[in-house]
Amino acid sequence: MEILQLTVSGLANGCIYGLIALGFVLIYKATEQVNFAQGDMMMLGAFLAVGLGNADWLGMPFLVACAGAVAGMAAVGWSMERLVLRRIFGQSQVTVVILTIALGFVLRFVAGLVWGHEPLSLENPLAGSNARFAGLVLGLDEVAVIVVTLLLTGLLFVFFNRSRLGIAMQASSQNQLAAYYMGIPVRRIHGLTWALAGAIAAIAGILFATKGSIDPSAGLLGIKAFAAAVIGGFGSLPGALLGGLLVGLSEPFAARFIAAGYSQIIPYALLIVVLLLRPQGLFSQVMGKKV
Amino acid sequence: MTLLETEAVTVRFGGVVALHEVCLQVQSGEIFAIVGPNGAGKSTLFNLVSRFLDPDTGDIRFEGRSLLAQPPSAIAGLGIARTFQNIELFDHASVLQNLLIGRHTSRRASLPAQLLFLPSVRREEIAHREAVEQVIDFLELQPYRERMIAGLPYGIRKVVELGRALATGPKLVLLDEPASGLSVEETRDMGFWIRDLRDRMGITVVMVEHDMNLVSAISDRVLALSEGRVVVTGPPELVQSHPEVVSAYLGDAPEAVK
Repeated sequence: MEILQLTVSGLANGCIYGLIALGFVLIYKATEQVNFAQGDMMMLGAFLAVGLGNADWLGMPFLVACAGAVAGMAAVGWSMERLVLRRIFGQSQVTVVILTIALGFVLRFVAGLVWGHEPLSLENPLAGSNARFAGLVLGLDEVAVIVVTLLLTGLLFVFFNRSRLGIAMQASSQNQLAAYYMGIPVRRIHGLTWALAGAIAAIAGILFATKGSIDPSAGLLGIKAFAAAVIGGFGSLPGALLGGLLVGLSEPFAARFIAAGYSQIIPYALLIVVLLLRPQGLFSQVMGKKV
Repeated sequence: MTLLETEAVTVRFGGVVALHEVCLQVQSGEIFAIVGPNGAGKSTLFNLVSRFLDPDTGDIRFEGRSLLAQPPSAIAGLGIARTFQNIELFDHASVLQNLLIGRHTSRRASLPAQLLFLPSVRREEIAHREAVEQVIDFLELQPYRERMIAGLPYGIRKVVELGRALATGPKLVLLDEPASGLSVEETRDMGFWIRDLRDRMGITVVMVEHDMNLVSAISDRVLALSEGRVVVTGPPELVQSHPEVVSAYLGDAPEAVK
């Protein structure tokens, strides 16, 4: 029983890591840029939902506030590509890393200015309610996180395999030159990829905030999600999600069976072990890059 | 009817003049070859037409309309497809998927309809698949339909790239060294296909090629470039024996004797 409960709460955390990791990988695959502001985009998405939905802010209905936060973060992601990243296209990877870290700081301070630095909670219909199921007591919020992540994964799967836009995104991530001459506007696709990563970050943020509280430094979770993306294999979307789940699961089990403090160390220990034994990541398709 | 036309295009890379006031006119239904030694500006010319480069001066017209305002992603939609000297395929996708991407510009359904895979989308998808199957039959790619590009031999990938260009439903194809790296037999097949796609599909062909046997076997007219300038345009036998073409390829006779 205890194992099952640990599993559910580990999976719920893992879903959030996985969704942030998905944002990392999406942008990396499409544009070969690593966006270290991904965690802060998650945080800002949660705050947007708080700002739109909480009673002492705008007080919109919960689902409307969520939709607004997702659309808002898609716009933020798109503008970050359009206004900032596009201008340094072709610069070295280090430039992109430093720039996106800086963008993350900007988002953090903007959130601090608007919503303050004290933890806030997102008012939502599921808060505090439990589901009893065959002797198990499960937080409905945790169950909701898992269900929403599953649905989103399914939707993304269909999007990437069936839709013209999703296939165009895959095509431009594999070969930009060829994509152009198949009639795919590669730059616009880059912008839309950032928008999609922003939308996914907002969903991750909302799920995160329904499980607890949110403050401007919550984006530092992105570091753990980055580790998850590397563990999964940086070029693989399913790998990112699975890496996230693995990291999420490892935490409660480490806390229970080793000692409380170990839950913070275990994701990075996993990262080191994976990098030593299987540097391309656990779930990557092997692809050496042609030079 | 003139399909493709460049009017005195000049391209400079810093101090190097890659193309100097190059004029050419390609007629509809023609197989038009561009020859010249390395660095003559052949690929630059292709990159201009496919809008990867802007000319410093001059104009490029396709069906009488200037291409200069078009971004590279609009070229496929206008009916111009191309292949590359160093094959540019989607390596982690199958042959079939590569050809289907060729249909990108002719997909019409809305995003929600695509996500739900509505009957209208299904019909459209079947039509695209049929168009692609015709290309597969034409180029005899049936045995490779589901194979990943990354694992295919060079000669086959070259044919797949031609197939992907045909899948876009072009009026004009630009072939950048279609026979480079191919065996004698593969080169002969490539020659048949190029001629067939003009004869049976009515597609106009402009190709850059070094293999003079292939050029003289299939092209109607040849343009010789040297150091960014047009040396001569005309039927293959005339161009091949032109003294300046011979000297551009082999060096001047007196120097060789010295």
